[in-house]
Amino acid sequence: MKMPTKPNRDLVRPSADIIKIERRLFLKQSLSLGALTLLSGCDITDADSVKKVLWGMSRWNDRVQAFLFNPNKLAPTYPESAITKPFPFNAYYSQAEVPHVDGASYKLKLGGSIKHRTPWTLEQLYALPQTSQITRHVCVEGWSAIGKWGGVTFKTFLERVGADLSAKYVGFVCADDYYTSIDMPTALHPQTLLAFKYADEILPAKYGFPMKLRIPTKLGFKNPKHIMAIFVTNTYPGGYWEDQGYNWFSGL
Amino acid sequence: MAHPASAAAPGRKTVIHPLVVRITHWINAIAIIIMILSGWRIYDASPIFNFDFPPAITLGGWLAGALQWHFAAMWLLVLNGLFYICYGFISGHFKMSFLPLTLRSIWHEFRNLLRGQISHELGVYNAIQRAAYIGVICMGVVLVLSGLSIWKPVQFQELTALMGGYDSARVVHFVAMALVVFFIVVHLTLVVLVPKTFWPMISGRAAGGQEKAK
Repeated sequence: MKMPTKPNRDLVRPSADIIKIERRLFLKQSLSLGALTLLSGCDITDADSVKKVLWGMSRWNDRVQAFLFNPNKLAPTYPESAITKPFPFNAYYSQAEVPHVDGASYKLKLGGSIKHRTPWTLEQLYALPQTSQITRHVCVEGWSAIGKWGGVTFKTFLERVGADLSAKYVGFVCADDYYTSIDMPTALHPQTLLAFKYADEILPAKYGFPMKLRIPTKLGFKNPKHIMAIFVTNTYPGGYWEDQGYNWFSGL
Repeated sequence: MAHPASAAAPGRKTVIHPLVVRITHWINAIAIIIMILSGWRIYDASPIFNFDFPPAITLGGWLAGALQWHFAAMWLLVLNGLFYICYGFISGHFKMSFLPLTLRSIWHEFRNLLRGQISHELGVYNAIQRAAYIGVICMGVVLVLSGLSIWKPVQFQELTALMGGYDSARVVHFVAMALVVFFIVVHLTLVVLVPKTFWPMISGRAAGGQEKAK
């Protein structure tokens, strides 16, 4: 459809425009990212700005959820008869790829704003005051299951190691290359548990041996399994799923 | 009480949809479409019934994207909806447009419909339309409340309990969505059948007078 002469005009005109833009940029000594992305095409700009708005809204929803979070509101608890059997296995990998951590040589590492950073053996952790809960695990996918977890109240543990309880975040590094982080108010919630047991038995590998952080006030993916290290920080640590677009706070 | 439109002289254009109604209608249209299409994608992550939605007709690309859309558009839906409902009560728009409404009048209109007669007067809703609009507004409220009880089953656990628990709240959310989709399908079909109702939803104006569509 194009006339033979038209491509030449097309070649000339945009370059003239670009020269003009470059001159303007040079003269003003300022560089607008918007103008540059406009040059690379509208579709990309639109997709990027939509993405920016959506991520921005997710950050806004983090703040709203932190505001809605009542540190004294307890998640509903259930009788033993309500426990989902079998409790579903869930991870970003298949059950065959579950990491097997050696309990005998295991030591929980501590980092960040924590006073006593000596690593903890399982024996030492099991000696802490233990409690249990039957609560609902809600997956971001929409399904839910009721289970029984036992362990030490995370607040008790954080106090014992001298963690800075005024810091913003607690981060977790796991044996399955998973990582996540939570807000301090949730870390101090009375039902947030450093769990060593499932259904009164030592956590099997598929449920997160040697320990999982059980948070009945957050979505399932905020409950890290196979925890190898815990750190307290004021720098946003993100998370495996969070960095890909899942909402960070994800409170229930 | 006579509606402004029915009192107008034939042929003269009068405002049948107030500006607030038009603006909130179109904002709502955008918000509800985003909510439904992203909601389908979220549903697909863990279907509650024996089917899922074809990914091609959903929004978000994957679960995280769909959730981002859903939890962004919810603000648009809720703020716009709250504004519309407050306006509807305070301005008298609801009273003027949706009342009086009796079961008898709905039944009468339904019988007319079966005979192929639809009373249609631009600016005045018949009994079935009134019932449908009230119904879809109520469904919007149910969608928001069931949505809140799925989103916050701990913080709003009383609301979740009211929905019959977490799993039941998901079903309520789905059924309310299905009813809204049904409304939209009928709503759009009627606009296609009576195209002259479309432009007034943008301009607000239409020529007065009654007519019957067969």
